[in-house]
Amino acid sequence: MIELAGATVTAYTGTGHGGQQEILTILHPVTCTLVEQRVAVIGANGSGKSTLARLVNGLVLPSAGTVTVNGLDTLTHGAAVRRQVGFVFTDPDAQLVMPTAVEDIGLSLHRLDLSAAERDERARAALARFGLGDRAEVPVHALSGGQKQLLALAGVLATEPAVLVCDEPTTLLDLRWRSTVDTLLEGLDQQVLLVTHDLEAAARADRVLVVDEARVVFDGDPRQGVATYRDLMAVHR
Amino acid sequence: MPVAPENDAVPAAASRVPVDPDAGGRALPVPVLRSSAATDVALIATFAAFVAVCALLPSIAVPNLAVPITLQTFGVMLAGVVLGPRRGSLAVLLYLAVGLAGLPVFAQGTGGLAVLGKPSLGYLLAFPLAAGLAGLLVGRARSLPTRWLPVAIFGACAAGSLLLTHPIGISVMGARLGMGVQEAIAAGATFLPGDVLKNVLVAVVATAVFRAFPDLLQRRP
Amino acid sequence: MSRRQDRHQRPAWSGPLGLYASGTTWLHRLGPGAKSVGLAVVGLLVLVVRGPWGAVLLLAAVTVAAASAGLRRRNVLRSLLPILVTAGVVGLYQWWQRGPAIAVEVAAGLVTVVLAACVVTATTRSDHLLDALGRALAPLRHVGLPPRTVALSVALMIRSVPALLATAGQVRDAARARGLERSPRALLVPAAVRTVARARSTGEALAARGLGD
Ligand SMILES: Nc1ncnc2c1ncn2[C@@H]1O[C@H](COP(=O)(O)OP(=O)(O)OP(=O)(O)O)[C@@H](O)[C@H]1O
Ligand SMILES: [Mg+2]
Repeated sequence: MIELAGATVTAYTGTGHGGQQEILTILHPVTCTLVEQRVAVIGANGSGKSTLARLVNGLVLPSAGTVTVNGLDTLTHGAAVRRQVGFVFTDPDAQLVMPTAVEDIGLSLHRLDLSAAERDERARAALARFGLGDRAEVPVHALSGGQKQLLALAGVLATEPAVLVCDEPTTLLDLRWRSTVDTLLEGLDQQVLLVTHDLEAAARADRVLVVDEARVVFDGDPRQGVATYRDLMAVHR
Repeated sequence: MPVAPENDAVPAAASRVPVDPDAGGRALPVPVLRSSAATDVALIATFAAFVAVCALLPSIAVPNLAVPITLQTFGVMLAGVVLGPRRGSLAVLLYLAVGLAGLPVFAQGTGGLAVLGKPSLGYLLAFPLAAGLAGLLVGRARSLPTRWLPVAIFGACAAGSLLLTHPIGISVMGARLGMGVQEAIAAGATFLPGDVLKNVLVAVVATAVFRAFPDLLQRRP
Repeated sequence: MSRRQDRHQRPAWSGPLGLYASGTTWLHRLGPGAKSVGLAVVGLLVLVVRGPWGAVLLLAAVTVAAASAGLRRRNVLRSLLPILVTAGVVGLYQWWQRGPAIAVEVAAGLVTVVLAACVVTATTRSDHLLDALGRALAPLRHVGLPPRTVALSVALMIRSVPALLATAGQVRDAARARGLERSPRALLVPAAVRTVARARSTGEALAARGLGD
């Protein structure tokens, strides 16, 4: 369960004159309780979707209000929250940190206190589940974009998080990899918060949040949400 | 209910609190910045890799300069200036450790403990110190008006190379080659013109980096 | 420098395996810690031993050790070439300035240390050497630097080199597309800015994966 209570995000915007910094609101107060299995977040570029997603695992901290995940406050229990919330970024290249695929997943498993052999076995099983079984020892930089995104997803899911937050995980992928990842995400048991520009995927969710100009302007039924978003963008079929 | 933030959450000091018209004229809440050891590790490791890439790229032939310059010292000084003394020198130390362990990250794709036997060893050993000094001095100069920043950065780098890199490099070279003081200084001086050029480059590039990431100049752990 | 030349001059990044040559000799089996200590001893002896005969004897001893490691002679000679040239030049110079005894001592000393170091590097996998380094640095945890963080930094750096090399290539192509390929500024500013941006997102990803909290 994800609860936002008046969560507000402000940020410094560069340096003004004389080294003074200006403050800007990048997310106006959001209050909502998300219990649905599939929650989609849609909105224009720069509207604040990623900011909202990052709030949920404490990568961004609220300047006012609170964010809690399963009762844990992101401000006071950041590390514990991140242990429960897996996060998949748009660009897989930056989140794969080890030289080879099997080592990268092994790194995720470090905090589970397994023996080295168990860790290796689990990592290889996770790779096999995502069709990367034969890529275990290949250097990460030699994988294709889609394979990297799958590997990132495998690394996050290997730790069995209670909640998964995905920030446009398929934006950089071609059609085939996109549907592979979409299918994978839809089959998960976890609660998933999905930031996306794919309105069809959003319409399949259980609940949709529409963000516009740093505010959540709609919260509710997916079809209605997508319609609201289309109105906002003045894009009609 | 007010909550005590975790120790990794530090409310940044506000220099000026503007008023939000939407909030009915109330002051905007101050951003809460997440200071993170993970980001420091990433900055250190990525800059160590940046130094490696600078050393691996082909050297640039400069008109009117006898020796072609490699970008290795450029990468070293940039790491110090951009990351600050602690993270900057750690990045350079990491680069040296990985190179000494045998990965081909030194100039011309070499690596391994062999550099320990080479006369140029002193220059390598001085790198983390020079990067640290430059980073320290730039931190001192950050309250200067923005247009003086490149000059300050150049000065900091020049201090690093003239006070540390060259004296240490030249001493070790002299000792290893059995040279007298004057012979060694004369041999080491051939690197000076290239060095000035590289420090100018560091000033230009670091100023641009600070424009893109102003907080790197403000928070230098 | 022409474009074509610079594409060829870029040394290939030989990857995480480094300069190791696999084998099963006693030197391969000896632990990385012991070999590092041995190398340090050779370095000290070179500094302490005076006179041309001592220097030549030391060089001979290290050469015997190198021969027993079963290394390909061609590879060894290739790694030694730069220092052989340096030793030759310096030797001639010192002969002229200070006579043959000093010349032999200095030149042999240079080659001895570099040869010994090459042998250690070629008979030790770099990941083992880095592990040994991590163990040696373990006491640093008392000053807030846990060994796991050291290991993570090493892996992260090795992972970042090919990525940054690719970035450097992209930046050069972008500069070329705008006709700016000869401007160091147009090449280095975007490369540095992207490096910081990459480090930032990597840091976020590490934090999101619960590493470094
Ligand atoms: N740390 C920050 N400092 C200053 N401004 C920021 C910061 N983070 C985000 N912003 C600003 O907040 C706004 C919302 O950013 P966010 O990344 O949440 O957008 P988004 O909806 O995810 O956009 P996109 O669809 O392009 O990914 C943007 O205008 C951005 O410039
Ligand atoms: Mg976004």
